[in-house]
This record gives sequence, structure tokens and C-alpha cells, in this order.
Amino acid sequence: MIKDLKKQNVWFVFTPYLWLVLFFFIPLALIFKISISVSEWGMPPYRDLFSLSENGLKINSTLGNYLFIFSDPFYIRSYLNSLSLAFTSTVLCLLIGYPIAFYVAKSKPSIRNILLIMLIIPFWSSFLLRVYAWKVLLQGSGIINSILIHLGLIAEPISMLHNHYAVILGVVYTYLPFMILPLYGYLVKFDLNMIDASNDLGAKPLNTFVKVILPLSLPGIVAGSMLVFIPVVGEYIIPEMLGGSDKLYFGKIIWDEFFVNRDWPIASALAMSGIVILVFPIIIFQLMYAKYNFKNE
Amino acid sequence: MNKLFLKIFTLTIGFSFLYFPILTLIAYSFNDNKRVMVWKGFSFRWYKELFQNEQILEAFYTSLKIASLSATFATVMGVMIGFSLTRISKIPARPFFIFLSSSPLVMPEIILGLSLLLFFISSNHIIGFPSSKGQLTVLISHITFSVAFVAVIIQSRLSSYDKNIEEAAQDLGTIPNMIFWKVTGPVILPAILSGWLLAFTLSLDDLVVASFTTGPGANTLPIVVFSKVRLGLSPEVNALSAIIMLIVILAAISIYLINRSNIKK
Repeated sequence: MIKDLKKQNVWFVFTPYLWLVLFFFIPLALIFKISISVSEWGMPPYRDLFSLSENGLKINSTLGNYLFIFSDPFYIRSYLNSLSLAFTSTVLCLLIGYPIAFYVAKSKPSIRNILLIMLIIPFWSSFLLRVYAWKVLLQGSGIINSILIHLGLIAEPISMLHNHYAVILGVVYTYLPFMILPLYGYLVKFDLNMIDASNDLGAKPLNTFVKVILPLSLPGIVAGSMLVFIPVVGEYIIPEMLGGSDKLYFGKIIWDEFFVNRDWPIASALAMSGIVILVFPIIIFQLMYAKYNFKNE
Repeated sequence: MNKLFLKIFTLTIGFSFLYFPILTLIAYSFNDNKRVMVWKGFSFRWYKELFQNEQILEAFYTSLKIASLSATFATVMGVMIGFSLTRISKIPARPFFIFLSSSPLVMPEIILGLSLLLFFISSNHIIGFPSSKGQLTVLISHITFSVAFVAVIIQSRLSSYDKNIEEAAQDLGTIPNMIFWKVTGPVILPAILSGWLLAFTLSLDDLVVASFTTGPGANTLPIVVFSKVRLGLSPEVNALSAIIMLIVILAAISIYLINRSNIKK
């Protein structure tokens, strides 16, 4: 253990923290500042927070942007849509991913390693291209429609793109490896004899699963769910490529407010509210979970 | 028997779901028709056009450059964070540093991109740096969100291995620098490599943050691809997907073979 921190090592330790303060926290403070500024025409398109006039220093701050956002159901709905998308797709990823991870982890080591490589391949390949693949599949003239017509299930191609079901499908598909890999990591570690022991002692398979397997894989479930939930909450690409106008999501609203409407104060206020509504619950959950783990140890 | 059937059934359905879209895309990349979904015949036409498309080739080169630089810087800083959090017993306000280094992990990329862009604009306004948006601003942004991920990997490796080895080396009179290079280094090398690889992939894959912070001459591959497929389909992008899949599959197979030969030894 390095016990005494030498003087010349101090800079070494603090460089990355300085970097994060400079390029992560100061930018966040900046959008907070802009979010309470008054928008106006010009460049930059907001009024300085402090201005000197004849009457001395004047502060031009306002809560108007926040009031505007929270009085408009359009914005509130986009937050709720994003939360419900993240929640639905996390649950679906868990339901689909758990059996896959379980059976891969229970396979013979020789087969298991091949299956693991097969799980990692989609994980490594480009995110954008995997979303694009669904855009190709779900086209009116796409392969799924052709199959359904061949089977005689439908007469005319149905439009499967540009609705929120396509968005959920796209999210579940692209984020599934993020759920499976941590689950696999925990499931592969535990002793399969425990399942046999539980069965030998007369527990029914369902009981074994609920009382033995599930609690032991809980850390994997939490890790996988975090890896899916957190990025999906701010997801922009998938709704933009596969979604339609039936449901709007938080990520797209910020994007449009900034790039299309060029309203910096509103975009910043949306981002700050997003941190409070979408990110704080995650942090609180993680703190509670850490405490729970600490107690159980 | 029933159990085995359930297992094979689940794995077949699961892996088909993962691979069906990718394989369809690869199959259609050989379609000799401008309308992506109407099969006309087998050809390498779109591969030829892809390799003549300078915009895509240039973006590919830009992406590789930014990703390898970003991964290298992020790994160095991630190692520094990992060390400071696990090896310095007297670091003051440890929870504060944990908070600093892990918050980027929970920040939605759209907020990260927006805040960085506004930061670059106003810092240009105040101190004239960065002079314009471009590859440098994308690089800085990518390093910023990658550091936290690398730090997590290094930290978990450092805290899971036995510190007594380092102490034993110290007791035997090894000087601290030598301990790092001869003892700690080799132990965390796999973590450093996987951290680098993760940072590389994160940068290569990023569209949202790069879209905010990019400028003239800094179009990364995802930005170019997105502009082509946002509103429609593109046969060139099909060919590109097939090539990327091929690279990933070859990399995965070689890692599998290396692992297997290591285990045999």
C-alpha cells in the first residue's frame, strides 16, 4: 500500500478529477445558469445573467423557463413517456434475457464459451446499425411483412414502423446484451449443486427458483437493469429512427428545442428538469441498494 | 428430456432474435437493386460504391483516430482514478471523489452533449479556446464520458486482488515504482486492456454527443451513417454493416481462440 503520498504525486492523483470538474461539472453549472436566463434574439440567444445599468447591478434571472415547461402537458408527457419506455423495456429485457443468461451459464464449459462469444458479437457491433437493421425489417416492403403475407396472415402490408411499439422493440433488441452479460456474470459464478440440493430436499422447481436462484442473482439483475434503464431514459436515436409522432420522448424534445427552435434557455431548463426527474431517482435507488447490501453482509 | 428441450428451445429463440436482423442486413447488402428490399440479383455493387464513397471513408478514418486517442487518454486517467480510490488510504473526502468520478455514468448522453456544446461556445467566447468546434472538441467530450467507465473496471480489479502481494514486495525491499511495474501492472493489465477496448467502442459508437460537439471537418462515422438512414434506407450502409460485422466476428473468434490456447497451456 502506498502510505505516504509524495508531493510530486499529488498532481498525478488530481488530474482526472480536475478534468471531470472542468468538462463535466462546469458545463452542467453552465446549463443551470442558462436555464434561468431570459431568452432573446442574438448570439448567444439569451440575456446575460448580470448586467450593469444606470441603477447599478441588475440580475436578469427568471424561473419563467421552468414554469413554461411545467405548465405545458406536452413537456410533462415527454418525461412520462421516457420513464415508461425505460421501465417497460427494462422489464422486457429482464424477462427475455434471464432465461438466455441462465441456460448459457448452465451449459457445458466448451459450449458455454462459444455461446458467450455469440452474445458478445452483437454487443460489440455498432449500435446505430442494429437499430437500422430493424428499420429495414419493419418496412412496408420488408421481410416481416412478406413472411406474414406468404403465410396468409395478412393480405396487405401493414405499417409496423413509426409507432411506439417499434421503439420498444428496437430498444429491447439493442439493449438486450447489456442485460444478459451482467446476469450471466453472476449466474455462472454460483454452484449448480445448490439447485440439486434444494431439489433433493424436496423443494419444487418454482420454489428453488424463487428462494435460491433469484436471490443469488439479484446483484446481476440490478446491474443489468441499471445498464438498460439509465441510457434508455435519454434515448434519442431509436425514437428518431423507428418512432413516429404517437409518443414523443424527452431526448428528442431537447434535441428539437436546441437544434430546431434554437431556444437555449428552454433546452437547458428541460435538461436540468431531466436531471431532477430522471437521474435523481436512479442515484437514490443506488444509494438505497448499497445500504441494503451493506446490511445483508 | 423435457428440461433439455426447454433449454434448446430458449437458446434457439434467443439467439435467433439476436442474429436475425443482422443476418438479414448482411444478405441484403449483396442485393443489386437501389431499392433495398426488392431482390434483383447477387452483386458486390454496393461494396464497390462504398469504397469509392470518400465521405464515408474519411468519416471512418476520423472515427478511428478520435476513438483510439480518446481510449488512450481515458485509460490513463481511469487508471489514475482507480489507484487514487483504492490505494491511497488517506485520501480526504473519499465519497466526494467517488461521486466526482462516477456521476458521468448516470448522465443521459443528450444532456452531456448539450452541456458540453454550450460550454465550448462560452469558453470560446471568454478565453478563445477552443478556437472552433471540430475533432478536438469531440475528442475532449469522448474522453470525458469514457473515463468513468474505465475507472470502474480498474477499480473493481484493484479492489478484488490481494493487496498483500504489494505489501510483500514492499517488505522484501522493492521500491514503490518497481512495485507498480513488476507487481501491480501485470495484475491489472487485463483490466487496462478491457478498459481501453470499452472506451474505444464507446467513442466509435457515439452519435449523440458527437452530433452536439462536432464542427467542420469532424464528421464521425455514426454522424455520416445517421444522416444517410435517418429518413430512408441506404444500400451502401447495408454493405458497411456487413463489413463491420465481419470485423467484429473475426475479432471475437480470435479472442476465443487465444483464450482457449491459454487455458490449454
